[in-house]
Amino acid sequence: MTSTILVNKPPGAEGPAIQARGVARHYGALRAVDGVDLSVERGEIFGLIGRNGAGKSTLFKMMLGLIQPSAGEILIDGTSVQGSDFRTVRRHIGYLPENVVLYDNLSGLETLRFFARLKGAPSSQCEPTLARVGLTHAGNRPLREYSKGMRQRLGFAQALLGAPRVLFLDEPSNGLDPQAIRDFYATLHGLRDTGVTIIITSHILAELQERVDRLAIMSAGKIQALGSVQELRDQMHMPLTLELRLEPGDAVATQQALQQLAGVSSVLTGEGLRVSCPRGSKMLVLGALAALGSRLLDLNIREPSLEDLFFGFSD
Amino acid sequence: MEWTQILTLAAKEFRDRLRNRWVLAVALVFTVFSLVIAYFGGAAQGQLGLRSIEFTIASLVSLVIYLIPLIALLLGFDAIVGERERGSLDLLLALPITRLELLLGKYLGLAAALTLSTLTGFGLVALLLFQQYGWAGLYHYVGFMISSVLLGMAFLSLAVLMSVIARERTRASGLAIAMWFFFVLVFDLLLLGALVATGGSYGGDAFAYLLLLNPADVFRILNVFSLEDVRTLYGLASIVPPALARPWLMGSVMLAWIVVPLALARWRFRS
Repeated sequence: MTSTILVNKPPGAEGPAIQARGVARHYGALRAVDGVDLSVERGEIFGLIGRNGAGKSTLFKMMLGLIQPSAGEILIDGTSVQGSDFRTVRRHIGYLPENVVLYDNLSGLETLRFFARLKGAPSSQCEPTLARVGLTHAGNRPLREYSKGMRQRLGFAQALLGAPRVLFLDEPSNGLDPQAIRDFYATLHGLRDTGVTIIITSHILAELQERVDRLAIMSAGKIQALGSVQELRDQMHMPLTLELRLEPGDAVATQQALQQLAGVSSVLTGEGLRVSCPRGSKMLVLGALAALGSRLLDLNIREPSLEDLFFGFSD
Repeated sequence: MEWTQILTLAAKEFRDRLRNRWVLAVALVFTVFSLVIAYFGGAAQGQLGLRSIEFTIASLVSLVIYLIPLIALLLGFDAIVGERERGSLDLLLALPITRLELLLGKYLGLAAALTLSTLTGFGLVALLLFQQYGWAGLYHYVGFMISSVLLGMAFLSLAVLMSVIARERTRASGLAIAMWFFFVLVFDLLLLGALVATGGSYGGDAFAYLLLLNPADVFRILNVFSLEDVRTLYGLASIVPPALARPWLMGSVMLAWIVVPLALARWRFRS
């Protein structure tokens, strides 16, 4: 999505929130990231997925200015991450690393105060931020008493300090229960609507599928596919799956009828048929099925999931 | 360089060491040892109680030279590698903080904790000496306390360097212990061995300058050469040229031992 609400737009900065041009990082012969061009718009939730070792973390770290690229350039808010001006931009970047362990001896509130001071955010932000992730009740308890999910929420709160314009979240839903995951994404959507750009990695593809605006699939250091889930489906030409429930006598006859249509295949299941058809033939198939009338007991159309796309692109 | 960042980091390190009673524990160790040494240091010669200021300091020097490097190395070895292992190093570096600020903040916070425990730990004996010998005695003892603090800061600086070089905590602790063995136990023996092996043919004076390569030796020279009586006791007068008996020179060398490892640490510090 490119329509943006530029509430958080810094003065003078135009263009995308994150821009990578020809970015590469080599470790000897290993090309961890191998020529990535990427542009993430303001107010976009952008997913970055890939197997372990695909280059996601390296790309993430380069975008945060933690690792120098071997080649190419990365701009955040129009500022090069390698330049000395980037320090000012960092004040408005939130980062939640994967599996971070914060300081066990500090309380939740002390942890946030520590990071707020380092980020130059007012310490009056700490209590509301703690409330935002639902940890008010535990604010004065030391982190050693926190559960995994509470630690993760505190890590997220830390990333929210200082009114970030760009959020980098590495596996942010690790350890969260289903309700917390739902709350977490609700918060992200709220932030997105105020113009915050969010870049997120996850191994739980089903979780990202409905919640990101666009995503990139990385493999072997390169971006193999880029777009919204629907755009990726179109690029992949992945067939739809139709699950049919039929009267016992109709399955074979229906299968034969559908085989006349180009590109359509089907297998018998216990209850009826599983039909695989190109997106373009969907209406044709439905037309053929209309002849069955009420003998078609049930029909279920399944789009290829992000997981299907992921394996399609990264294999 | 922004001091807000450095002070925030330093304050956290310092407060952590106060809270987990590290400062208290080390101060108590120093208090007990310094009292015992001050009172019973002459027991082998059949004396009890405070003896001369020189002997008290000389006895304390030989304690401090073992203890402070060890404590400083143990205090500092996980400064950076600890953050790296828990995954918070990237988080800190993604904040508006430079690597130099992170190193200095950690270093200054730990140095403050070590300084506080050193000064309070040896403070009680200072009071006793003042009672007995007045200002003259205190003058030498304060010199000893300041040089002890500097010794601690030099080894803390080495520890921080180790914590930047090592990629795992266990490795950093191994390096720190190795440092202690080398500088506190092995270095002087090696030097002595080399001196004997060469039969002193490599200009005796030049050889003595090699002592500057060990902060523990610098500390010893700083203390021993302010005390006429003790020089002969140590037998060091024979190998240390008068050129080294200048406190400002030795003080500067000690400062170099604080600054250079930190500078190296900054140079080696990558994500």
